[in-house]
Amino acid sequence: MPGLTPTLGFTLFYLGMIVLIPLAGVFFKASGLGFAGLWKVITSERVLAALSLSFGAAAIAAVLNAIFGAIVAWVFVRYEFPGKRLFDAFIDLPFALPTAVAGIALTALYSENGWIGSVLAHAGIKVAYTPLGIIVAMTFIGLPFVVRTVEPVLREVERDLEEAAATLGARRWQTVLRVIAPAVFPSLVTGFALSFARAVGEYGSVIFIAGNFPMVSEIAPLLIIIKLEEFDYKGATAVAATMLVLSFLLLLTINLLQAWVRRRV
Amino acid sequence: MKKLSSIAGLLLALATSSPGAAELLNASFDVARPFYKSYNTAFAAEWKRRSGSEPTLNVSHGGSSKQARAVIDGLEADVVTMNSPLDIDAIAASGLLAKDWQTRLPQASSPSWSTILFIVRKGNPKGIRDWSDLVKPGVKLVIPNPKTSGNGRYSYLAAWQYAKTRPGGNDDAAKAFVSKLFANVPVLDTGGRGATTTFAQRGVGDVLLTFENEIALIREEFAKDGFEVVVPSLTVRADNPVAVVDKVAAKHGSTELARAYLEYHYSPEAQALFAANGVRPADDKVLKANAARFPAVNVFTVEQGFGSWAQAQSVHFSDGGLFDQLFAKK
Repeated sequence: MPGLTPTLGFTLFYLGMIVLIPLAGVFFKASGLGFAGLWKVITSERVLAALSLSFGAAAIAAVLNAIFGAIVAWVFVRYEFPGKRLFDAFIDLPFALPTAVAGIALTALYSENGWIGSVLAHAGIKVAYTPLGIIVAMTFIGLPFVVRTVEPVLREVERDLEEAAATLGARRWQTVLRVIAPAVFPSLVTGFALSFARAVGEYGSVIFIAGNFPMVSEIAPLLIIIKLEEFDYKGATAVAATMLVLSFLLLLTINLLQAWVRRRV
Repeated sequence: MKKLSSIAGLLLALATSSPGAAELLNASFDVARPFYKSYNTAFAAEWKRRSGSEPTLNVSHGGSSKQARAVIDGLEADVVTMNSPLDIDAIAASGLLAKDWQTRLPQASSPSWSTILFIVRKGNPKGIRDWSDLVKPGVKLVIPNPKTSGNGRYSYLAAWQYAKTRPGGNDDAAKAFVSKLFANVPVLDTGGRGATTTFAQRGVGDVLLTFENEIALIREEFAKDGFEVVVPSLTVRADNPVAVVDKVAAKHGSTELARAYLEYHYSPEAQALFAANGVRPADDKVLKANAARFPAVNVFTVEQGFGSWAQAQSVHFSDGGLFDQLFAKK
């Protein structure tokens, strides 16, 4: 294939410089612990609690985003309403907002003297400074990923197909399930994966609302910072490397799943 | 090749500025920002009087340990001014400065200090007078995370020492006491300023434990809320140490300037500047002259209570140390 060598060369070089070399540094530093040392760090009760919190909360947030992001995308594509462009622009704000600002704003809203928090407090629900708050922050920062990946695909789904399905006697739910869903599903998975990946690594907005209690509301990125504060570089990179491997495996699985779904459709 | 390296050397020299021009970088902690703004002006004038030329004084601010890590990782600071000796010890451990740095300047190289006090809501509705009131059921207190902040570390150590030196106190009693204390903490912010926001703006907790200078700032900033200060019966002396980063200063040829910069911290002018910024000056005469601002406190030093900072760190705050054990699953 003409041009393969330069393009492949460029891709590898670029990926290497921007992604692989910095990440290799993490593994290099962590390897200073040796396998036994590494294992001891990542299987300690506290690290396991932080990892399961980070990945668990990110998964819940990504599921919420997949459901509600898809609805938002649907509304934007299929309906006209006043102020649509303005709302459309709002969707991207979580991308642009400095994460600390997001964290502080959410904490102000959801703490017991905040607008939303004070109402929820009557119902006995505490959001700020609990794991629930972590999910709220992660949902906030992840929403645009789903909307922006699903929206263009949904726009491409031709109305003709739906109409054809209808004339052939399909009920509305059958059309949605058999015609629209298969077309949109791969992009929804991509949005889910992006939103999930972003939430796992999120630090800035989460630490303000989390409460940061060891074993309860302490996220893995905070544990990395704590280890750095102790000048424990190796321990910090051990946690970082674990997060990288887990994230990579999950993203790889999602990608494979997506390819498999595409082939079936 | 030789030519190339000499060109590179020239470029480097241009980039880092010539040794003749007096220039200095001070890596300092966050809260010291207003102090160094006025201090640098005062010192620049003093240095000009002595040497005839105006020095360029730069300050980089950040969390104290974060700054120490930056210096270890290559931030070329000529001097470091920190809020815990532990951070300068860490730099010393990397070989950038001599391990005996604390012996070089008076007062263990600490020209100023602060202490941990309590700040409570208007009228002190929970009647908080001392440490023993903090462990009562129903009292909520805000302390920043001892693993990530100096305020938190000092608060923890002060609570420990209080329980240990009470009549009938010992290490086991102290452990039980801090365990009860932290059971009353609803949020562990990562830094002192975060804890301030949580207490003052989010309305969380009945009492906040933080540095005296931060408390002064809160009472000024939130004057309408009428927060009140409570001075406990015993608290900790938190020294703010300073040191020349020998290797960097030697490389920059700025050793003389760096030393003078630190020594000037002990001058009456600088001591008065500390007081004006809510930090206790090391000079007792200046401290007494500002007694209205600084109430009498009964303090212990970390060395007196815990042997040394290194020991306190490894016993209490290291991975799996006593602080971590408070949160381990029972």
